[in-house]
Amino acid sequence: MTATVESAPYTVEEVCEHFDPVMGLEVHVELNTDTKMFCGCANAFGAEPNTNICPVCLGLPGALPRVNGTAVESAITIGLALNCQVRERSGFARKNYFYPDMPKNFQISQYEDPIVFDGYLDVPLDDGGTWRVEIERAHMEEDTGKSLHIGGATGRIHGADYSLLDYNRAGVPLIEIVTKPIVGAGVRAPEVARAYVTALRDVLRGLAVSDVRMDQGSMRCDANVSLKPKGTEEFGTRTETKNVNSLRSVERAVRYEMGRHAGVLLSGGTIRQETRHFDEQSGTTSAGRPKETFADYRFFPEPDLPPLEPSRDWVESLRAGLPERPWERRARIQTEWGLSDEELRDLVNAEALDLVADTVDAGAPPEAARSWWVSYLAQQANTAGVTLPELAITPVQVARVVALVGEGTLTNKLARQVVDGVLAGEGEPDEVVSGRGLAVVSDESALTTAVDEALAAQPDIAEKIRAGKTKAAGAIVGAVMKATRGQADAARVQELVLERCR
Amino acid sequence: MSWDTQRSGAGPVDSELVSLDAAELARRIHAREVSSVEVTRAHLERIEAVDGPAESGVHAFLHLDADGALAAAGAADRAIADGGPVSPLAGVPIALKDNLTTTDMPTTCASRILEGWRPPYDATVVTRLRAAGLVPLGKTNLDEFAMGSSTENSAFGPSRNPWDLTRIPGGSGGGSSSAVAAGESPLALGSDTGGSIRQPGAVTGTVGVKPTYGTVSRYGLVAFSSSLDQIGPCARSVLDAALLHEVIGGKDANDQTSVSAPLPPVVEAAQAGARGDLAGVRVGVVSEFSGEGYHSGVLAAFTDAVRVLGELGADVVEVSCPSFAYALPAYYLIAPSEASSNLARFDAMRYGLRVGDDGEHAADEVMSLTREAGFGAEVKRRIMIGTHALSAGSYDALYGKAQKARTLIVRDFTAAFETCDVLVSPTTPTTAFAIGERSDDPLAMYLADLCTIPSNLAGNAALSVPCGRSADDGLPVGLQVMAPALADDRAYRVAAAYEAATAGSAAGPRIPELRALETSR
Amino acid sequence: MSDITRDDVAHLARLARLAVSDAELDMFSAQIDAIVDTVSKVGEIPDDVPPTAQVVPQTNVVRPDTVEPSLPRDVVLAAAPAAEEGRFRVPRILGEGA
Ligand SMILES: [Zn+2]
Repeated sequence: MTATVESAPYTVEEVCEHFDPVMGLEVHVELNTDTKMFCGCANAFGAEPNTNICPVCLGLPGALPRVNGTAVESAITIGLALNCQVRERSGFARKNYFYPDMPKNFQISQYEDPIVFDGYLDVPLDDGGTWRVEIERAHMEEDTGKSLHIGGATGRIHGADYSLLDYNRAGVPLIEIVTKPIVGAGVRAPEVARAYVTALRDVLRGLAVSDVRMDQGSMRCDANVSLKPKGTEEFGTRTETKNVNSLRSVERAVRYEMGRHAGVLLSGGTIRQETRHFDEQSGTTSAGRPKETFADYRFFPEPDLPPLEPSRDWVESLRAGLPERPWERRARIQTEWGLSDEELRDLVNAEALDLVADTVDAGAPPEAARSWWVSYLAQQANTAGVTLPELAITPVQVARVVALVGEGTLTNKLARQVVDGVLAGEGEPDEVVSGRGLAVVSDESALTTAVDEALAAQPDIAEKIRAGKTKAAGAIVGAVMKATRGQADAARVQELVLERCR
Repeated sequence: MSWDTQRSGAGPVDSELVSLDAAELARRIHAREVSSVEVTRAHLERIEAVDGPAESGVHAFLHLDADGALAAAGAADRAIADGGPVSPLAGVPIALKDNLTTTDMPTTCASRILEGWRPPYDATVVTRLRAAGLVPLGKTNLDEFAMGSSTENSAFGPSRNPWDLTRIPGGSGGGSSSAVAAGESPLALGSDTGGSIRQPGAVTGTVGVKPTYGTVSRYGLVAFSSSLDQIGPCARSVLDAALLHEVIGGKDANDQTSVSAPLPPVVEAAQAGARGDLAGVRVGVVSEFSGEGYHSGVLAAFTDAVRVLGELGADVVEVSCPSFAYALPAYYLIAPSEASSNLARFDAMRYGLRVGDDGEHAADEVMSLTREAGFGAEVKRRIMIGTHALSAGSYDALYGKAQKARTLIVRDFTAAFETCDVLVSPTTPTTAFAIGERSDDPLAMYLADLCTIPSNLAGNAALSVPCGRSADDGLPVGLQVMAPALADDRAYRVAAAYEAATAGSAAGPRIPELRALETSR
Repeated sequence: MSDITRDDVAHLARLARLAVSDAELDMFSAQIDAIVDTVSKVGEIPDDVPPTAQVVPQTNVVRPDTVEPSLPRDVVLAAAPAAEEGRFRVPRILGEGA
């Protein structure tokens, strides 16, 4: 069965001539706790299939869930970072539906009383402005297992002969963060959607509660889109687009759905309320298998888990521990380091801000730290085809290299060789320095001998220098540097050359 | 019925050993007057003599592990011989309801859908029994997934009441109650969701206790209705039940509904009660538990029991709990609702039966075919009722109102316990009915739990103690004693006093004579 | 009566993944109708009574985030109806929402 790809004939500008877009964004975030939501199995990405399973997360008869306290704490922390209220009494509920990747055929979630609710996030936009996205709720739930579809023409779920299930992910803690309807964004709706998910990712990364890797599925976004004709109040029928696996895709999916809805509505059609799947390749969405009309989750209170009543003291201690908001931190850093907007943006885009900040925290001056990461290390990362954070060198190691230059042990050129050594796995900077014998030659008599030899080898140049043409000293300095294999301090060599020719 | 070994020895069953209380057996074993292996062998022989065949015997057991039992008994004997401290019930055999997970025996819940399933973990109560040196003999029969009041819903055929093999032994824990009544095991574990320990206790003339909700871990009890289920002891005496209660009770990190409060001193209470003094104890007779549907013989036995309690010094008053009228309807909404969700996991994907996997049927269809083939009628009925009660269109009128009924029932208990220390009633409106009598009428079957259900809904403690015989049919009657949550000791004290006062008279022999059945085989 | 029809029961059976037969549908629809009729007595209870979902007198029961041993995979898969490549083998899965 091939999905029909419907065209999206309208640009957002054209859409917004007739309609106001309304969005709702649901983001699922896997917490990076050590264990799962309701059992002590390891919460680990990429383990051998079915090695992190137990009676609880496998839904074996007789097993009972046990709430992970750290996951509750993370949920409250996320809520506080999103300016939410913490519910005085909250509880778990069962969401009942059959699916082979869900071992109990119900998901333990929260329904009427999510742990946190009613918040907002002021989202920075590209033009420097902000957009306030209101948060409806955030609640705890458990992830499902993963299925592998075998056989059939496509190897995908449709047409497969059978499926293989791995329940390592079943029971991994999830926080679902749901926005209130985002209205009034107009043509900026796709941008606002991306900016919101970006800001949310940055906040969660700052809280260190999740890996927030959209490519690995530890952060997943469902985008609800509807259009309401201009001048009316009632929301149109919405579609829910799933499988949106990158920030860019969030923007594209919203833009595509806006255009598609407009196309259907303007040609007199009606939008079906349905789940749609985003295709990264084509940038389009296609209808999922139609949901049964009687889909009914039969929520009811989870009888195996007592309610949660977070104490005020607990909540306030979590609030006191909240880190700076990422964009506020950026503004502070920009001022402290005296960066231009462009320099800051380059740092952020290169994922270098945290690396530079950590390098500064390890003792390096901001300018030197920034310079290393955006120039030499960026080139090395580029050559190796990895991102800066993936480079095999730590901010502490970079700071040490900067310090060695500062104290005169290394020249900038030698420092680059030390960095190369660290990247090649030769150990800490100091180990590379001794291992490769890279320390600056600071023995004055040896340097003087080398200068004298170079002057003797090029008497004509020596004569010019003595005649006052000090620029000619460059050639002698070059010869000395060559003779010392670059391990001399060039400035000191220059001084010595001029001294010996006086 | 699976037998791991054939009968382990020839010769007549030691009828004395199999009729003793657990406490007396423990005393003799610990004094090394008899070994645990001898006691265990005597019970295995009794089982061999009376339990089969499935079509006509007591049929208390679905699985027997003679080798495992004898090995555990040997270990208990060695521990006792070593002279170290042993638990009060070390060396005493016990039977386990087959909805408790065991690593060394199958756990089927008397359902085709789990036939042959071997759990990879032990229930917490089983772990505690093993640690205390008790000797698990095997797994006992029940109504499929504990849904029923007669064991007739077992996929493997009903158990039979040792007092009259044409009658039901109660349910759902009829296997455990009949095993204890027939001398097949001195002790058993059951689970009580709406009366599944107490009602079988009443109709087989044994003691059955539903502890306060949350005081015995449910980890490893295959869930029927999670907010109502509670594991408890089945025994021949109140003291035996208390001794077992103390082995299995107490907080368990694997069950987050298990309470931190210390276990009430039930053994102490049973011993105190046995001294026969109930002076100053306020006993409330619940006036709603009588009238239409109650056998006159049951009511007469109950009235006589209340008289005895008065003679023991108790202040007997009548109390009214008008909201108990909502208990049965609320129960038959809440329990099926939770069951519809708890039993969703039996879907042929990860364990248990799989039907229809022919390469053509999709997973969804295989689920439906398997559940259709693997569940019996009562389980399907309750799953569908629960599915209906939780559906968006009926939730408020059915499940939601049932939760409100629960509040009213809790309030009635709270009010009654302000003026009474315990409440009493007949455990069940009738004596054991005939096998087949109610099996086509679910609503008639549900009435068997009329008196027991309120304590499940409120979570308080309740037990059934033998209360003589009905003058109508000579069959056992049960006296139910209910106590507030975490005051289980009060129920034990009153029950033990009544038991002591009636010993040897009204109660009659505790083990029926089954020799006729033995010789006919 | 509670107005549970044969179609309603067929719908419930579908939701609950029970491939009931026609004969069962006849039997169950009569029985479930009678039972629901009886239990509907709870409808008499006033709306302002608060619900009781649980009778456990405690809150905030959580466990530490400490890894505990998982089950051996071979033991778990040995109890499965079918397994392949360290995974549970199941019949083909139709799309979401099935
Ligand atoms: Zn687990």
